Parts: sequence; structure tokens; C-alpha cells
Amino acid sequence: MNTVMRMWFAVAPLLLLSNAALADWSAVNMRQGVTEISRGVYDLHMIIFYVCCVIGVIVFGTMIVSMLMHRKSIGAEPATFHENTRLEVIWTVIPIVILVVMAIPATSTLRDMYEAGESDLDIEVRGYQWKWQYTYLNDDPAKEIQFMSALRTSQDEINNLENKGEHYLLDVDNPLVIPINKRVRFLVTAQDVIHAFWVPDFAVKKDAIPGFVHEAWTVVEEPGIYRGQCAELCGKDHGFMPIVVRAVPEHEYAMWVAEKQQEAQAAFETVGKTWSMEELMTKGEEVYMQHCVACHQANGQGIPPAFPSLVGQGVSVGSIDDHIDIVLNGKAGTAMQAFGLQLNPAEVAAVITYERNAWGNNMNDMVQPKKLGTMMASQ
Amino acid sequence: MSAVIEEHHPDDHHHGPDKGIMRWVFTTNHKDIGTLYLWFSFAMFLFGGVMALCIRAELFQPGLQIVSPELFNQLTTMHGLVMVFGAVMPAFVGLANWLVPMMIGAPDMALPRMNNYSFWILPFAFSMLASTFLMEGGAPNFGWTFYAPLSTDFAPPSVTFFIFAVHMMGISSIMGSINVIVTILNLRAPGMTLMRMPLFVWTWLITAYLLIAVMPVLAGVVTMMLMDIHFGTAFFNAGGGGDPVLFQHVFWFFGHPEVYIMILPAFGVVSAIIPTFARKKLFGYDSMVYASASIAFLSFIVWAHHMFTVGIPLAGELYFMYATMLIAVPTGVKVFNWVATMWQGSMTFETPMLFAIAFVILFTIGGFSGLMLAITPVDFQYHDTYFVVAHFHYVLVPGSVFAIMAAVYYWIPKWTGNMYNEPLGKTHFWLSFIGVNITFFPQHFVGLAGMPRRIPDYALQFADWNMVSSCGAFLFGFSQLLFLFIVIQTVRGGKPATEKVWEGAHGLEWTIPSPAPYHTFSTPPKEIPEAHG
Ligand code: HEC
Ligand SMILES: [Cu+2]
Ligand SMILES: [Cu+2]
Repeated sequence: MNTVMRMWFAVAPLLLLSNAALADWSAVNMRQGVTEISRGVYDLHMIIFYVCCVIGVIVFGTMIVSMLMHRKSIGAEPATFHENTRLEVIWTVIPIVILVVMAIPATSTLRDMYEAGESDLDIEVRGYQWKWQYTYLNDDPAKEIQFMSALRTSQDEINNLENKGEHYLLDVDNPLVIPINKRVRFLVTAQDVIHAFWVPDFAVKKDAIPGFVHEAWTVVEEPGIYRGQCAELCGKDHGFMPIVVRAVPEHEYAMWVAEKQQEAQAAFETVGKTWSMEELMTKGEEVYMQHCVACHQANGQGIPPAFPSLVGQGVSVGSIDDHIDIVLNGKAGTAMQAFGLQLNPAEVAAVITYERNAWGNNMNDMVQPKKLGTMMASQ
Repeated sequence: MSAVIEEHHPDDHHHGPDKGIMRWVFTTNHKDIGTLYLWFSFAMFLFGGVMALCIRAELFQPGLQIVSPELFNQLTTMHGLVMVFGAVMPAFVGLANWLVPMMIGAPDMALPRMNNYSFWILPFAFSMLASTFLMEGGAPNFGWTFYAPLSTDFAPPSVTFFIFAVHMMGISSIMGSINVIVTILNLRAPGMTLMRMPLFVWTWLITAYLLIAVMPVLAGVVTMMLMDIHFGTAFFNAGGGGDPVLFQHVFWFFGHPEVYIMILPAFGVVSAIIPTFARKKLFGYDSMVYASASIAFLSFIVWAHHMFTVGIPLAGELYFMYATMLIAVPTGVKVFNWVATMWQGSMTFETPMLFAIAFVILFTIGGFSGLMLAITPVDFQYHDTYFVVAHFHYVLVPGSVFAIMAAVYYWIPKWTGNMYNEPLGKTHFWLSFIGVNITFFPQHFVGLAGMPRRIPDYALQFADWNMVSSCGAFLFGFSQLLFLFIVIQTVRGGKPATEKVWEGAHGLEWTIPSPAPYHTFSTPPKEIPEAHG
């Protein structure tokens, strides 16, 4: 009797603790998400969790009872048994049964996830060091929407010079926009190293592997903003490449598409005009700070040897054609990406001009978007 | 088998150890080499621990405070490599050196000169690895799993030194395991049949086979990396017809057995300690042996459970899920057997027993999260989050590391001839136990809430639990200085230990004097006890 009392004293605080934790589940547990699949996954997670809890209570409970009752200090004499075939068969078979019972719903959820149905919308998701590119595939290439999506949190917030915003590290400049209640297929790949596209609310996680395309899909049921992160170590700024998905009703989606297509048209038109040095430098600095600063740094000095300096050395103060070439085509097998695939001609021309004339690189030459427009069109 | 023993020349003059530093450099004595391994491992444990504390300090709060993202990646990578290859594995080799010959009644390891080499390779390998911190471009920064192409085309120049260091560690491990196998199979005292061997010997025998099987695979994969980096091949480069996922298959074919390499000897240690302090024979010795062997076998056919998100076809995902879940069965058998050993025993709770019981409980918790991770659809949510970090730290820290500490407390009276200070030992246990749980339990929470692993900075909703985790890490880390103090104190003096040391101890190592003489069992023991644990 006494030992049973003592046992309760040992267990009671634990129960209290777990109650306190229950009060705020979201900080400590997986979220249910907003798709049928994600709810199925959540249910599986809870089932297996409870199964573990039950086994834990039995095993640890037995141990605690044993530790209280079978101690030498209260005069326990050791028993002599050290084998019992029936017992051993039981505790081999029962776990097998539990596992089989677990495997059944797990298999069916997994089959659902792999169900390759017709999709309503195909989006190519391409991981770059350290941002995402989204391409809305369309049979008519002129109607294809393509944009980069990168971290919006400022360096000052990260370096504790400024208060951190509500969506610290989980905010991007251009979120992915998808319609609700449509089957959206993600074709996931990468340009440089392996990344992983993960949106917890959809229970979608797929590795983005250079040279391979893998599929994942989702049907989002509730409009909202869903945030995720790159989940595979991909180098220096792995922690700074979030994913933001805005799920909107269909009419809103149609409006967004129209707007994006107009933007693309406008950008196309700016390529035709002749830019002044000042315009190029302003635009160039903007592009540089958005796309190049992570590696080459704000002062252009880079982080040698991984990321070279652009100041007073190399192509930035050398052949302009080589300079255009490396920015457009990148350098295979290094972190230097083919920006021709990510930026429009005006942006490329501006950033090259900027690099040739910033930080005391006074080359006094410039690249006109027009020139690049023809080069990039032929790509 | 007995032929080996009969060759023993009675006129061999038994001498003590050499004097001075050369004793350690040239030693071929299994006890000296065991000691070297253990001290080396402890040094690496502190080195890896300091890196872990830097990581936890950076993660104490959101924002970047202490280290840059570049350095952060180097720290996580080197922490993992040093702890796995420098701390845990050498500690178990050290224990094997000390204990296997004494447990099977052998005079020494079978290949003493090779034993010396396999130890002395390690300081060179790890000095080289550590020196990469000072190189241009910094230390390896691609994670201890070093996935290509981050570790090939995109790696810092120091990757070549990393590859060389891995080769050296591999050679050391292979030589060490050959030695263990030959010793166990050939040098057992007459009458020490396989099924009389202590479980520690059994688990090490199985571990040694695992090592021989998979270290060459690791060597293969780093060599392929070397070729990709320097000789223009494209094993892991899709642009050249290769496949980055091939890297992961080969790596995890090594990597999964590797986790059992780090836990099987721990099972052996715990199976020795619990019967001693429960004063009751190990429950189900035979099934323990079979369970260890099945775990070892299964460990070869489950590797892709680390790769559920790489785009494996449905049939593959299902197979690897089922196979992985199956591991829970023999693992469960082991846990139930330990509990049944405690049941109706006559238990006392000296420090080794405390660590062993904590091992059973906390390792089981790590096993639960492992079972959860095996469920493929849910793994999509867990994969590469802190939930995984919590899982493998639960099986490695209060798992392997606690078992190593339990072993040190358990056998140190035999090694040094002195009892350790029991109150201090218990203090060390409780500090470690509390510290470890405060550190790693909250990591389950942040992982489930969505925090990816290997990030130097995180979103605000993860802040509270990260702070808790960091506090726990500092508590656990600094408690290990107490361990160092206790060990040094025991080496230097203390209450003299008896031959048997523990009231409930069984086995050949407890039949020789304490401290164990420099040479033991030069003549094989006459009476071979039945296996007790
Ligand atoms: C992910 C890191 C990264 C980003 C982002 C990046 N670069 Fe680079 N860049 C590199 C690396 C690495 C090299 C060196 C390639 C080599 O080995 O030749 C490089 C080389 C260059 C060079 C050639 C330097 C020389 O003199 O040889 C130029 C010019 C350049 N980058 C411009 C840019 C511009 C413009 C941007 C932004 C639009 C940019 N880079 C963004 C990593 C990056
Ligand atoms: Cu990434
Ligand atoms: Cu594994």
C-alpha cells in the first residue's frame, strides 16, 4: 500500500506538467494543416504518439514499481528466474501486431499522397542558393509567369539592430500564389545544390535535387498565407530561404495572374528604351542588393575564397563580354548562378553596369538592356 | 583455439610497463591502449561539446549574435563528425580493449601491434580534421552527412583534408574491428563457449562485423567525392550523367549500420550492469544475443528511411517503412528483457546502475520517436526538423554516452584499484540526467512546430523552447567537468577496491585483483562461469 502511494507521488507532478503543456498545443505539436492529406498525416502522428505513450506507461511504470518494491534497502530478495519462453513470445508477438495495425493506415495515407491525378495547375519550383523560383507552366510560353521569391526580413533585424517583425525570417518579397480547391502540382527541382520545398500546412516536403524533377501536389481548402522553409542544408543561407504561399479564391487568383502578365509586358517594354547611366546605376544597386549581396557582400569584397571579390580585380574591371557571360550563364559547378534565367534583361544590364562602376571600379562603361535582350532571347 | 594458448612460453619474462611517454607511444598492451582510447575519446567529447555549446549559444535567442552562418555550418558539421567518429566510437573501442580480453580470459588482444597502430592513427586524423578550421574557406560546412553536391562542387577547399581524415578513421576502425573479431574467435579461454560470453563481448563481436562491412562503403563514397572534386568524374553530378541521390544511398548504406555500431556495445554494457545491481541473472540471455544479431542484420536493409523525401517510388517507400518498423521488435525485446531483469531483483542504485536505468528509459524514448519517424507519411513532416535532432540525440547522448559513463563508473575500480567517490558520481548523474532532458526534450516540440535543423537563426515562435534547450545544454556540458574531476580523483587515489568490487558482480574480470595487473590471464582461467549478463 505504502509503495503504491509513493508511486502516485512520483507520477502526479508529471501529469500536472503534461496538462500545462496541453494548454498551448501549437507551440509543441504538429499542426493539422489545411488539406485532407495534412489532416490524415496529423491523425497518424497522433495515433502513433498515443501508442508510444501507452507502451511507455506500461514499460516505465513496471520499471518504477520494480525500483520501488524490489530494492535491497527494503529487504527484497532476488528471484532466480531468468527465462520464460512464453513471456518472450508474447512480447515479440504483441509489438508485431501493433506494428501491423499501425502500418495499415500509414500505407493508405502514403498511397493517397502518391495518387497521381490530373492537375489543374502545374508550378515548377526551383531551389537556388538561397531563394526560390516559381514558374507557372503554360502551353503558351508567352503566358508563363515566372518570378523569384527571396527572404524579405532585413539584415538589420537579423543582426539585432532593429526589432524583429511578426514574420521574422518567414517573409518573402514575392509569395507563391495558388487558387484554393484546385489540385496544384509542384514540380520540384534545383539549380545548384539540394534544397527541400516544405510547407507544413500542406504536409508537402520534397527534396529539390539538381538535375531531377520530383512531383508533389496539394489541394488547399482554406484561403490564407502559409509559411514554410527550405528543409535541406544548402549552404550559408540555408536558414534564410523561406517559402510563403498565398492561397486565394479563384477569382482573386485570376486577377493576380492578369496583373503578373501585365507586369511582365511592362518589363519587356523597358528593355527597348535607352537607359541613362544614372538609371542603370540606381536599378543596378537595387538588383545587386537583392540578388548578389548574399555572396559578394554589400562592399563587393565577397567572402574569399568561396565568393570572390568584385573590386579592382577580375571581369568587373576587365572584358565586358566576359562579365556579361558570367552573369548571364553563371559558372557551372560553383555557387555563381546563371542569372539570365532569373532576371530580365534590364536587371542584368543594370547590375553589370553597377558592378563596373561601384566601389571605385570606375570603368565608366555601361551595358544597354537592348543588347542583352537580343542575347537572352536567343537562349 | 586452445593451440594458441598452449604456445605460451613459461620463460617469457613478465614485465611491467615502460617508463615515461614511450610507454604510451609504443605500447602493445591492451589495457594501455584501452586507456589511450578512452582519454582520446574524452578529449574529443570536450572538443565536440565546446562546439555544441557554441551552437546552443547562438541559438539561445533569435537573431545572429555569436557566430556567422558560415561558421555555424562548420560548427554543426564538425560537432557531428567529432562526436560520432572521435568521441563515441573510440570510447567503445577503448572499452573493448580493456574488457574483451579480461572477459574471455585472454592474455591480450590477438594483434597487439596493429592495436597500437589503430589507436595512433586517430590523433593524426583528428588533428588534420580540426586544422581545417584554420584553413582558407574554413572547415567542412556541409553537415556530418555531407550530401553532394554541397560537399563536392560547392565545398570549401578543406574538403580534401576531410576526405583524407575520414579515410584514416576508417582504416583505424577496420583494424580495430579485425582485432576484436580475431581476439574473440581465437583467444577465448578453454571452456568459454560462445554462449557463455558476456553480452558485451557478443555485442562487440557483432559491432565489429558491422564495422568491417560498412567502413569500406564510407571509404568508397568519400573516394567518389574525391574523384568528382579533383579528377573530373561526375558520380554525383546530374550534369555529367551522375546522380546526387546516389551519394545518399551509398552514404546511408554506411550510415544506418553506423548508428547500431554506436549503440550495440552500449546494449552490452547495460546488460552487464543491470544484473549486477539487481543481483539477478540477465533475463533472456539467448534472446538478447539473437535480438542483437537481428538488429545488426536489419540495419543493412533500412537505409532509405533517411531519404523518404528524395522521391523514391511508392513501392520503395512502403518497403523501407515496413522494414524500419520491424526493428522495433528486437529492440523491444531487449528493453523488456532489461525490465524483467530488474523485476524481483534486489536492487541498489550506485552510479553505474543509475546511468544504466536512465539509459533504458531515455533510449526507449529515443526509440519511440524512431518508430514515429519510420512512418513514412508522417516522416515527411518530421524529416530534417528538430524532431530528428531530438530523436538521435536521445539515442546517442542518454543512449550511447550514458552507457559509456556507466561503464566507466562500473569498471574504473577494476582499472585503477580505487573506488570513485559515490556521492560525487551520483551528483554527476543527476546533473547529466536533468541537463540532457532539458536540452533535448524541448527539441521535439520545436521540431513538431516546424523548426528545420541546421539553421543558425529561427522564427520567433521557436524562441522559448530554444532558450530552454540552450540552458539545458550548458548545464549538461559543464557537468562533464565534474566527471573529469571524478575520474582524475579516482585515478589518483581513493578507497581501495576489492577484487569483486560489486556485491553482485559476475564474470572473469572480477576474479583478478584490482587494479588489474599489467598482464592478466597469461595462464587461462580454470573455471569459466556461465553467462550472467
Ligand atoms: C550564391 C552565391 C552567389 C551569388 C548570389 C552571386 N554570385 Fe557571383 N559569383 C559567385 C561565385 C562562387 C563566383 C566565382 C565563380 C568561379 O569560380 O569562377 C562568382 C563570380 C562572379 C563574377 C566573376 C568574378 C570574376 O572576376 O571572376 C561576377 C561578375 C559575378 N559573380 C557577378 C554576380 C552578380 C551580378 C550577381 C547577382 C546578380 C552574383 N554574382 C550573385 C557566387 C555568387
Ligand atoms: Cu535551400
Ligand atoms: Cu537509419
